[in-house]
This record gives sequence, C-alpha cells and structure tokens, in this order.
Amino acid sequence: MERTANFLRVEKMSEKTKIRILVAKPGLDAHDRGILVLCKALRDAGMDVIYSGLLPTPEQVAKIAIDEDVDAIALSLHNGAHLTAFPEVKKHLEDKGMYNIAVIGGGIIPEEDKKELENKGISGNFGPGTSMETIIDHIKKMVK
Amino acid sequence: MQETKNYWKVKINEITEKKSTNQDSEDQLKQIKDRIKKWEKDVLEPWTDNSADHNKIYQTTSDINVKNTYTMADVDNLSQNLFPGDFPYTRGPYPNMYRGKKWTMRMFSGFGTPEDTNKRLKYLIENGQTGLSIAFDMPTLYGYDADNKRSIGEVGKCGCNISSLKDMEILFNEIPLRDVSTSMTINAPASILTAMYASVAIKNNIPINELRGTVQTDILKEYIAQKEWTYPPKNHMRIIRDMMEYCTKEMPKWNYISISGYHIREAGSNAVQELAFTLANGFTYLELGKQAGLKIEEFAPRLSFFFNSTMNFFEEIAKFRAARRIWATVLKEKYGVEDNKALILRFHTQTSGASLTWQQPMNNIVRTAIEALAAVLGGTQSLHTNSYDEAWALPTEEAVKVALRTQQIIAEETGVTSTVDPLGGSYYLECLTNELEEGAYRYFDKIEEIGGVINAIEEGYLQKEIAETAYRNQLQIEKEKEIIVGVNKYNETEEKPIKILKVDDKAQEIQIERLKKIKNERNNDRVKETLANLRRTYENDEKNCMYDTLKAVQAYATLQEIVDVGRDVFGEWKEPQIF
Repeated sequence: MERTANFLRVEKMSEKTKIRILVAKPGLDAHDRGILVLCKALRDAGMDVIYSGLLPTPEQVAKIAIDEDVDAIALSLHNGAHLTAFPEVKKHLEDKGMYNIAVIGGGIIPEEDKKELENKGISGNFGPGTSMETIIDHIKKMVK
Repeated sequence: MQETKNYWKVKINEITEKKSTNQDSEDQLKQIKDRIKKWEKDVLEPWTDNSADHNKIYQTTSDINVKNTYTMADVDNLSQNLFPGDFPYTRGPYPNMYRGKKWTMRMFSGFGTPEDTNKRLKYLIENGQTGLSIAFDMPTLYGYDADNKRSIGEVGKCGCNISSLKDMEILFNEIPLRDVSTSMTINAPASILTAMYASVAIKNNIPINELRGTVQTDILKEYIAQKEWTYPPKNHMRIIRDMMEYCTKEMPKWNYISISGYHIREAGSNAVQELAFTLANGFTYLELGKQAGLKIEEFAPRLSFFFNSTMNFFEEIAKFRAARRIWATVLKEKYGVEDNKALILRFHTQTSGASLTWQQPMNNIVRTAIEALAAVLGGTQSLHTNSYDEAWALPTEEAVKVALRTQQIIAEETGVTSTVDPLGGSYYLECLTNELEEGAYRYFDKIEEIGGVINAIEEGYLQKEIAETAYRNQLQIEKEKEIIVGVNKYNETEEKPIKILKVDDKAQEIQIERLKKIKNERNNDRVKETLANLRRTYENDEKNCMYDTLKAVQAYATLQEIVDVGRDVFGEWKEPQIF
C-alpha cells in the first residue's frame, strides 16, 4: 500500500514540474490572434495551457486561475484598458490570498505604462514583435 | 443558370483542366515550352550554378510556389479578361477607373467622446479627405453603455463612444450629411447605429433616401475573426435580413453590408483564406437576401467588400483581381444574375495593421505606402492608410496626416493612375490571379461540404484554420524564415519612444454624466413602451425589426437598453472551443 502511495506522490511531483498557465484577455477585447498563437507556443513548450475563451471579466479570470490551480496567468489586451484590467485581476487574486500566482502582461502597452504595471505586480508587459521564446523564458523564470 | 449542386467541383475542374490544355494553338505552346526548357538548360542553370539561393523554395503567404520566371506558357486566359468594366471584371469594375474618379481617401478615425471624434472628422475634411469613416470603442461594438461595469477603462479607448442618439447627434454636429458619405465600422449593433444615423438626418430634415454611406454589419466575419458579437449567428442573421429589406426600400443609397476580409486577414489568415472566407460570407448574404424575398439584381449593388492589403505585393494585387472575377462569375453562373451592374464587386481597402511593427516605427510609413500601392494597382474604390504609430497606440493627428499624404502622393505623383490595371497581362500576376482563384474555389467546396458558413462557424472550422495559419506564420518568423525588418533582422537594441496619443479617462466621466442626464430628461414611459414593442418584434421572426428599432432610438432608449432586449430574447453567443 505504502509503495503505491509513494509512487503516486512521485507522479504528482513530476506533474507539478509542468507549468500550469491560464491565458486570458480580461475585458471587451477580441484581438485574439496573438493569444491563440501564444497558447499553441506554450503548449508546444510543454506547459499545461488553459485558455479562458473571450470576454471574461478580471474577476472571472482570477476565479478561473484559482479554480484551475495555475502557477501563472498570461494576460493580453490590445484595447488600451490594460492599466485598469491587469491590476484588477491581481487585486482579485490577492483578495483571495493568492499572492503566489505570477501575473504576466502583454499587448499594446506604451512604455510609460510598463513601470506602473510592474509596480502593481504585473511583469513582462511584452509588446508587439516579442518572440515566443522571450515570453516562455520569462514565464519559466517567474514560476520558479 | 448552372446546376448548383457540385458547382464548386465543376469550377475546380474547369480551372485545372485549363492548365493542362491551352486553347491557343497547341503547337505554339509546345514550341514555347521547348524554348523554355532550352533556356533553362543553356542560360539559367549555368548562371545560377545550382546555388542554394536558386534552389530555395519561394512561396507566397498562401504557400503558392513562385517560379524563377513566368512566360506566356503560364497564362492561358488573357483573352477572356481583356477589358476593365466588362465581365468578369478582373481588370477593374469601371472602364476608365481612376481617370474618371480617384479612389475615395477614407481615413478611419474615432476616439474619446463624440465631441473629440467630431473635431477629428472636421480636421480630416479640412485636409482633403473625401469620405468619413468612424471607429467605435469596445463598449459600443459590444452593445454596452458607458455606465456599465464592463465598460470601465474602455470608454473612448479605441474608438468613439456612442451610448444613445444624443451622442450620434454630437458626433455629426455641423457635418453636412447630405454631402458626405459616411462609413461606420459597426457590426453586432449595426441595425441600431443605422437607425441612429437615419434619426440624426430626420431631425435635420434630410430625407433618408439621400443618405450615402456604409455600415459594416458583417457579423459572419465577427464569428470567424474579429469576434465582436452579441447574439448567436442565426439571430444576428435575422436582424441583417430585416436591415436588407428596410434599406433596400427606404435608404437606397446606403450600403448596408461591407463584407470584410480585413479582419479575417488580421486574425492571421493568408491571402487565399481571406479571399475565400470573405466571398463565402458574401454568398451567404446573397442567400439571406433571397430568403427575404429580395431580388439579387436589386440588392447586390448595395453589398460592398472590404479587403486587407499587406506586404506580399503581387499576391495582394492578384487577390483583388481574383475577388472581382470570382464574384462576377459565381453571381452570373450559380445565381443566374443577368444585369451586369449587379455582378460588380466594389471594395474598400485598409493597409495591414498587423504588418506594422512596434520596433523602428518610422519604417511603417514605407510598409503602408507599399500596401497602399498594391491596393491601387488592384483597383480599390476607397482606401484607408494606417499611421506609423499604430503599433504603439491610436494615431496622433500628425501621424494620420502622413498616412493621408501617402495616398495623395500615390494619386498625384506616381502616374500609376494614368492607365487602367497597369499590371494586367503580367505573366506572373495573371498566373497568381488564377492560382488564388483556384484556391478559393477549393475552400468554397470544403465549406459547402461542412454545410455552409454558419455550420463552419458553429463547428469552429474557419476559426481553427486561421489560428493554425497564424501559428505557422509566427514559427516562420521565429525561425527567421520570414523576415521582418527591425524585428528579426536589422534590429536595434534600444527603441526611442515616439510621441503617442493618450486618451484619458475623462471620456468615461463625460459619457456617464451625459447618460444620467438623458435618462432624467427623456420620457421614460415612452422608452419602456418602445422597448416592449421591440421585444415583441424580436420574438416574431416574421416581422421586420427595423421600424421598432428606429422608434426606440428616437425615444432615446440607450444602445445597451436596446441590445439587452435582444440578449434577453436571443441569448448570447458562446464561441466553440478554438484552442
């Protein structure tokens, strides 16, 4: 019996090394080309990818993240609402005591907004033309 | 009229057979082919010495293989495509094209409050723009008012906010609706914004049958690519059916659907997919009009198209030419349309936003110029050129002016407008036109096998096709098989920030304040009554909902109040699993 339990624990451990990530656009923004490309790239990089589908609210994104027990959330917005929506996701996570889920941003984000986002706990904030490799490396670093 | 069953397969056979047997003299063709072989052996091979560069596979975005050289042996249908303004319109919709009238320079704009956008529209008119084109913000596109929780942070951010007729009145304040043609990029709530525009005209004593312009209304490409929808496809199509019927009768100069490939391309598809999915949507609207009891001859001229122009120069030009030919051919053969005027595909073009780079943004001026030139060489009827700063933010006035000037330079300085379809007869271009045509017919056949566009949307087939192409394209860029200057080649370590447009959150406050005021001042019993009537109409598929929409709008029911009636009756669309 004990052997089985040990074996199960090992299984779980190796599963745990696989990064589990939620990919979402928290708002009224349907520019999903980049995010669908990102989903495929993260999957091909060996991550467990959960895509929220379109139009969740920041609150819903936080809820999915908690329910799905993810290590990180990749957020994307192209509609100019990142300064409101990204911190909103972070806030809903923290309200539930979830400080250890990495929140990573991307989209059309002006340079001067990046610092503000960083200060509010959103890292990355990758702009157009960023390579998938850069994003993947960053995610790995953040969930370590 | 041809037997419609298997029509697509018949066309595919026709095209592939044409390739193997040339209808011009067989002997002559054989002679040319012998000469090509000889030239390849004696001239080309020694010159290239079988170098790696020569043996590399060259392809267009649609994976069409590109040969070293094209000759008359590659094109066999020149004699069927001799003249512009003549069936099948490959060379252009009109016989004298830009000699008669230049394309309309139509810069898409909109941000902040209706006052902000009104000011920008006037600025563009002063600078020589000839048609208006309005962008709306996300809440408007989805049918939420500025005071909705979902709209926080989004009001006026990527377009103008419209929450009620009041906003529309301000947006067009002091703009002569009788003289301008107005294009509105609005889809899910298109019937409501059309009703608002008509209501502004009515208030200003302008007969609505004189109104000229276009609403996008193309909900099919929303499900496929842009994804700004509210109700499920069948309910949206019913509303469009009602609009078609209403506008054909009451607003005969109003183009009520702009069938759009633009977003399909921006979402990551290639040229053949853009062409095929857009035209397939077009055929679906034709069927819808027929169901409404309209005659195609009567309403087809009110359908216009909207294509993307991106960087693969010749493939883009070929795409525009193929689009005209396919539309005219299918309408004539499959739908039995006899009036030539109803066969002509007219289109607006926008240069590609996705081709713009955040890195070294000034390079975007060059990209836009090349894309704009392709649109003109493809025979566009109107054109929007993107601004160089659009990978950073919404464009500044200064950047918009450069983009408009780009069109003016093409029109006034290059001489490309002196003759019609100047590239017609180019072996390469004509061959590409044929290849794109064939690729499109293959997709039409496939879509028909799935049971039509709406089934293909519900199954997620079209969405998955696009996402797959987008991903493959990204991999090509990462492997440096596709080069983007400033991104994966010739890049610089640091980017100098450029001046960008900032839309502040004041727009939201102003819009919320205005909504409060309207809700206080209007006759709320009248609003309730008109909305209840609209609900009954929505519930009765036989009735045309445009009349009740107009009444609700004119009672100052807000955009969301009207859309919520639909949400309640029809439900909301949930996209099938794409990833």
